[in-house]
Amino acid sequence: MATSIDVSDVNIYYGDFKAVEGVNMTIKARSVTAFIGPSGCGKSTFLRTLNRMHEVIPGARVEGKIVLQGQDMYAPSVDPVAVRRQVGMVFQRANPFPTMSIYENVLAGNRLNNKRLKKSEADTIVERSLKGANLWNEVKDRLNKPGMGLSGGQQQRLCIARAIAVQPQVLLMDEPCSALDPISTSAIEDLIHELKSTYTIVIVTHNMQQAARVSDETGFFNLKATGEPGHLVEFNSTEKMFTNPDNEATEAYISGRFG
Amino acid sequence: MLAPLRFERGPRMSTQQKTAGALQHARLPGWAPGVVLTGSAAFGGLVWLLSGNVAFGVAGLILAFLIAMPLWATLVEGRRAGVDRAVTAMVWSAFGVILIPLVWLIWLTVSKGIEAINMEFLTYSMRSVVGDEQGGLYHALLGTLIVTGIAALISVPIGIFAAIYLIEYGRGTKLSKAITFLVDVMTGIPSIVAGLFAFALFALVFGPGRFGLAGGIALSLLMVPTVVRATEEMLKLVPDDLREASYALGVSKWRTIAKVVLPTSIGGIVTGVVLAIARVIGETAPLLVASGFTNNVNTNPVDGPMMTLPVFIYTQYTQATEKGALYAWGGALTLIVIVMLLNLVARIIGKIYAPKTGH
Ligand SMILES: Nc1ncnc2c1ncn2[C@@H]1O[C@H](COP(=O)(O)OP(=O)(O)O)[C@@H](O)[C@H]1O
Ligand SMILES: [Mg+2]
Repeated sequence: MATSIDVSDVNIYYGDFKAVEGVNMTIKARSVTAFIGPSGCGKSTFLRTLNRMHEVIPGARVEGKIVLQGQDMYAPSVDPVAVRRQVGMVFQRANPFPTMSIYENVLAGNRLNNKRLKKSEADTIVERSLKGANLWNEVKDRLNKPGMGLSGGQQQRLCIARAIAVQPQVLLMDEPCSALDPISTSAIEDLIHELKSTYTIVIVTHNMQQAARVSDETGFFNLKATGEPGHLVEFNSTEKMFTNPDNEATEAYISGRFG
Repeated sequence: MLAPLRFERGPRMSTQQKTAGALQHARLPGWAPGVVLTGSAAFGGLVWLLSGNVAFGVAGLILAFLIAMPLWATLVEGRRAGVDRAVTAMVWSAFGVILIPLVWLIWLTVSKGIEAINMEFLTYSMRSVVGDEQGGLYHALLGTLIVTGIAALISVPIGIFAAIYLIEYGRGTKLSKAITFLVDVMTGIPSIVAGLFAFALFALVFGPGRFGLAGGIALSLLMVPTVVRATEEMLKLVPDDLREASYALGVSKWRTIAKVVLPTSIGGIVTGVVLAIARVIGETAPLLVASGFTNNVNTNPVDGPMMTLPVFIYTQYTQATEKGALYAWGGALTLIVIVMLLNLVARIIGKIYAPKTGH
């Protein structure tokens, strides 16, 4: 089910402002790829170009090629909505739909697209997704309660369940643990480990230990100077990045000498 | 043995307040505002008796409270607390003053209007009613419901769709700026001008005449800007997080609007719509011009004049008879009850659709 992503010569703009420049990388299928780097270097911006969420912002545009399953997702004939069905996303702030119950939140991807589901099918999807997000045991007795009533960590796992309920190929996560306590964080890290057997996962994190713990490959983004576009400094296996990086700046950042 | 610990609190600690950095200060007891209020009320009553004018009495009460409360607080609690009490007293006085006309108006309308209201009053029209015979406002009640219904039917979809365009599609574009400007201009249209416009419009097309439909159109001109503004505000309150969450699930933009944005804000939108209806339901001038006046029941909005409650109140009042005045009060009470029912409905709908927090 999972697929790799090929990124070549991607430049990303907000209106006239070039936020990210010249990114090339290959994101491997069934692995976890982490992006690290100082604030404002364009990690979120780049992540959002991987499912065409970037263009939701007025004036925002992308140059270059991003190939998913042999097709350039930025080709003119590609419908961004179709791309987003293949590439799901979990945001920094948990954002369950406030008008919906836990059950409805998990089914949102199907229901909002007017997919007709039998009750039994719907139940199966909800149970499978919530189990997939390690949330089933905590909520199985209150599926009809509002999603907003859960704790922050549970809400984030609900959002993960909602994202995997539509069975995407790729799952993007933008600092999914930055608002969570250590216990919820470790629950989500465990979950990422399990999910990678099924999905291609790309995660942005501020936490170097987290990148080292969960990812197979790591990309380090940096800014040459403030006001300059961000760029990809180094992209390597996580092990190499954290022991013997090719680039001095990477080593300096990882060892905490700047950033 | 341990010496018994003694906790002292409140005014008894006042001996310690001189020590620098003491956290405890003398405080007025909780009943102090009540005492001051009672005293001020007594003072106000005295002013009322002496001047024979209730307005002076109320002014005396408020003034006495505004002076006495901060003064006492300053003396006992210090300057900062005195300022705090002064501002608190002013806020409460403003609230009280604003309440006076409201309560008064409702009291007056209910007490006078209730005498007019009975089964006949609500079910008879004024057709061939002469002298002191029993008449009623059935024709006007029906007309108001029809005319306002037409206005709502026209302006709710237009207003909501315009607001959706402005917030979801046209942010920052020239067209949306132009629409926002025109909506602002529309807000300022005097209601009689809206009535004249509707009348002229129908006169051009069908020849001069007054209809319920023309009244509905006149009211919708007044309603549209309110609905647009209220809906815009509610749509702005929906966080972008939710729109993005929906897009990220591969949901198209219009489905996101229809199934995420609107349901999240529907409570506020309904409240705004109902307030817009309540705002126009009492309009008199445009209805007098556009849908005219009749003593008969007329349920056809495109054939002949249609009576409405505000016009009924106006015509009864201009009769300058005792019965006319009584009927005017009765009509006013009916109108207020309708507006209150509308508000109640809006609140219930708002409650039902309010986003559920689960707390
Ligand atoms: N909506 C936006 N409009 C304009 N500029 C933006 C927007 N979002 C981010 N940027 C800019 O793009 C750059 C990269 O931001 P971001 O991707 O959020 O960085 P990171 O996630 O690495 O902290 C920053 O300079 C930021 O100011
Ligand atoms: Mg970010």
